[in-house]
Amino acid sequence: MIAIVDYGVGNLFSLSSSFRAIGFEACITSDPEKIRAAEKILLPGVGAFEDAAKKLFDSGLGDLVIAEAKRGKPILGICLGMQLLFERSFEYGEHKGLGLIKGDIRPISDVIRKDLKIPHIGWNALHFTEPRSEIFKYLKEGDHVYFVHSFYGANCEDSVIATTEYGAPLTAAVAKGNVYGCQFHPEKSGEVGLSILRAFCESEGEK
Amino acid sequence: MITKRIIPCLDVKNGRVVKGVNFEGLADVNSPVALGQYYSACGADELVFYDITASAEGRALFTDILREVASTIFIPLTVGGGINTVADFDRVLKCGADKVSVNSGAIRNPNLIYEAAKLYGDQCVVLSVDAKRVDGVYRVFAKGGRENTGMDALEWIKRGISLGAGEIVLNSIDTDGVKRGFDLEMLAAVCEFSTVPVIASGGAGCVEDFITLFKTLPNVDAGLAASIFHFGEVKIPKLKARLAAEGIPMRI
Repeated sequence: MIAIVDYGVGNLFSLSSSFRAIGFEACITSDPEKIRAAEKILLPGVGAFEDAAKKLFDSGLGDLVIAEAKRGKPILGICLGMQLLFERSFEYGEHKGLGLIKGDIRPISDVIRKDLKIPHIGWNALHFTEPRSEIFKYLKEGDHVYFVHSFYGANCEDSVIATTEYGAPLTAAVAKGNVYGCQFHPEKSGEVGLSILRAFCESEGEK
Repeated sequence: MITKRIIPCLDVKNGRVVKGVNFEGLADVNSPVALGQYYSACGADELVFYDITASAEGRALFTDILREVASTIFIPLTVGGGINTVADFDRVLKCGADKVSVNSGAIRNPNLIYEAAKLYGDQCVVLSVDAKRVDGVYRVFAKGGRENTGMDALEWIKRGISLGAGEIVLNSIDTDGVKRGFDLEMLAAVCEFSTVPVIASGGAGCVEDFITLFKTLPNVDAGLAASIFHFGEVKIPKLKARLAAEGIPMRI
């Protein structure tokens, strides 16, 4: 069972449908017992970092996710859910994240060319670091996934497992041990995205 | 590098696609689910479902069918038609839409753009504009292109962006249905100032029209069309392969 953590942020319909489509059972839950009992945890999220981080910590689910991660349970953060795994974000101020991935979240406007549109929205190619993360085991270099974001993971070189090019190389995915994060939306990235979720469901954590 | 998007648009009435796809191998050519899967498998980068139902019953059927589409198709879904309030946003987003397109509803109440963007993020709000030349000025038309609002289209789009619209669909009534190519002049006028993605709509008749679009206007992000895809005049896999061969970034 995959626990999709429901802390009041975002639309979880497509995510739960996508697990069903690849034949894995997932439940949308805010129940600590269910999250503890789950084999894997999925941390979703859309919207603003500050608001999401507040909801996650206030509900107690933030500390629970940290505790489960430290026990070695595989965790995947998606989009804002990935950003929440970081130590802190500079999205409108400075806000504390879960601290499971070393680094911080900064505006893409810091690094991309000025003529490029923000948010970075649409399909873009993935470039993997070597050795290839096991969550990308079914993919080819250059496969496209769907992005929608204005902030990115910075100062996280140790954890980057994929980048994408948008006037500069941007962090597309990170991993540290059993903790994974995707800036893009696997649940909106067609067969390529579903195969990432499948690989996560099968994963035991990075070596 | 981010790719240019190819987007088929499906009109839905009472939960059924109005003009079914004219292809063999599809058992139910009017099923939004079957057509969505078909286009997704063809390599469509996004799907637009436009609810043209007028009645409450039809609207309820639309949300049911949307839920079914969204639970089987895993590419971005945009929903438009009958979006007048934030509650309408909520209704379709809960059924699995990723973006919501506003048109007449935003003309009546421009604040809808602001309210929705604040609640769901700019990326969720697509401003769809039907525009037509009247005495040399681009004017906004409402009610499916039937009514001249007298509003200046370029000013309206600027205002929409400042209110929080995250994408613009520009549908030229002048070129729509004529199949002689997109309205490059009108699109260029919007691309000149737009800080958000611009989606070209209206006028595509063949593969070359898309090549011309993306080559002439590198700031256009996507091409949207309906009947030429539905009737197989342009097949998406071939279109994308041709565009890629022309050096236009594509997700193949």
